[in-house]
Amino acid sequence: MNNKLSRNLYMIPYAIWILLFVIAPILLVVYYSFIDTQGNFSFVNYEKFFSSVYLKMTLSSFWYAFLITLISLIIAYPTAYLLTKTKHKQLWLLLIIVPSWINLLLKAYAFIGIFGTYGVANSFLEVVGIGTQQLLFTDFSFIFVSVYIFIPFMILPIFNALDNVNPTLLDAANDLGASKWTTFRRVIFPITLDGVKSGIQITFIPALSLFMLTRLIAGNRVITLGTAIEQHFLVTQDWGMGATIAVFLIIAMFIIMFITGHRKRGA
Amino acid sequence: MKKLMQAFVAIVIVSALLLVAINRLNASAGYSGDNTLTVYNWGDYIDEELIEQFEEETGITIIYETFDSNEAMMTKIEQGGTSYDVAVPSEYTIEKMIEQDLLIELDHSKLPNLENIDERFMDLAFDPGNKYSVPYFWGTVGIVYNKEMLGDMTFSSWDDLWNPSLENEILLVDGAREVIGMGLNSLGYSLNDTNKDHLQEATEKLKTLTPNIKAIVGDENKLLMANEEAAVALVWSGDASEIMFENENLDYAVPEEGSNLWFDNMVIPSTARNVDGAHQFINFMLDAEVAAQNTEYVSYSTPNKEALKLMPEDMVKDERFYPSPELTEKLEVYENLGKENLSYYNDLFLEFKMYRK
Repeated sequence: MNNKLSRNLYMIPYAIWILLFVIAPILLVVYYSFIDTQGNFSFVNYEKFFSSVYLKMTLSSFWYAFLITLISLIIAYPTAYLLTKTKHKQLWLLLIIVPSWINLLLKAYAFIGIFGTYGVANSFLEVVGIGTQQLLFTDFSFIFVSVYIFIPFMILPIFNALDNVNPTLLDAANDLGASKWTTFRRVIFPITLDGVKSGIQITFIPALSLFMLTRLIAGNRVITLGTAIEQHFLVTQDWGMGATIAVFLIIAMFIIMFITGHRKRGA
Repeated sequence: MKKLMQAFVAIVIVSALLLVAINRLNASAGYSGDNTLTVYNWGDYIDEELIEQFEEETGITIIYETFDSNEAMMTKIEQGGTSYDVAVPSEYTIEKMIEQDLLIELDHSKLPNLENIDERFMDLAFDPGNKYSVPYFWGTVGIVYNKEMLGDMTFSSWDDLWNPSLENEILLVDGAREVIGMGLNSLGYSLNDTNKDHLQEATEKLKTLTPNIKAIVGDENKLLMANEEAAVALVWSGDASEIMFENENLDYAVPEEGSNLWFDNMVIPSTARNVDGAHQFINFMLDAEVAAQNTEYVSYSTPNKEALKLMPEDMVKDERFYPSPELTEKLEVYENLGKENLSYYNDLFLEFKMYRK
């Protein structure tokens, strides 16, 4: 009895937190999404969302988020794998994580300098004979910088998963005659799949709503759902439309969580 | 568990010590009691020496904070957290703030220096009788361009931007009213047009500008133009004069079809605690000598006619920043178009930004 009481007591901070900072905001967002610019209840924001402008924006957001996640994964998995094989792996991991402590805006401004017409990247291209290219404000620079920013978040869960692989399993696979590739495909990868899934979640969802980079690095040549939300809340003050886009982002988030969610093994 | 408790206690102690330290520092800097004045201004928009001068003259300590958009400023004042005593919004924001009761009426008897302001800038549509606001700086929207990179191109018309030789050379500012307004101006419509056909027409015309556009950015355009990253940019006049100091190849023009005329004004928000001090500060900034010094530093256009007499001739006579009466005739002040129209402007702007080469 006493035990149950104390357990309920411990639940209070959690319950308050969830109520105030998760449930209430989502309800508010849903409520605002039904309010038009006149303050009346209507479905006009949803109609607008299914117009060509917003649908195109949704598709392009998903496309860029997909590319960013895919490239991050392609780079992060081998990196994480190599890291687990190094001697001072915690140190190397730390070095990869340290840049993520630096403010995003500072890094974005640094990239404006690097990718500029007279920047380091172009000086290099000049030296190797390719000549100056337009790098800043292109799809390439946007995806490059986004990948750079998200990569530590992709590496970390994969590293943890790989680090937890029991080495006896690999020995067993080896003893039973599996080639290195088969071992990876049938043993290592399935075990680390959960790490990969968390990495995808942490990358894909924020990538969908990136907004400062679209202006600083892509020069608004790439418009994501996040950019549109920012505009509606801060500039047009059309909170209804901003909230409607946010509702779709939340739905997208749940779908991604569902697809990449941890299912119980053997169930 | 014991370690956890120790860590927890350590954090609490360190936080408490930091709090005490902050209070001590604030007290030693005079940030306590009624003797402070919180000024909320745009970034890099005052000669900081003047703040010291004001502090010496009046014994009031100024806490100076900056913002980078009217909307952000207004949101902060609405929320109330900080007691701003003086703020400097633009005209269309003042209209909104008056509507929402966010401003305190000015006591003109405490502002004797108000008579230094040019009649032309008083009693404007956004605040009849200057009940709530006093002009601080004004300016235009126009084109800053790099003479070195473009040879003898000039920008007497907005249509010059559509010249195919400018491929991938233009920076636009990330503002719906500025960019759609440019489209409207180039077609000869008003900047405050709400006719949907006209707005559609302007958007279609803007889409044909896409091959020439390099990027649509914010304040970064100053840095990018000064570094010759692009040859042409749509900017506010004051930003233009600021980067023209940095890069001598740059020049500024306001196209003849007309453009936007804007005002930044000093107001006292309803959050003010030191209303008397706020009046003193506004009056101080209106003083001819102070305004002249401030204008030379900030390099925007001053509405203070007495200050103009004290400033270097070449600055005052510069028609790029103090346009001739003929051009001024064609300049328009933004009106508050209401949420619905603004939202329509923004949708069109979004459609334009989404349009790919």
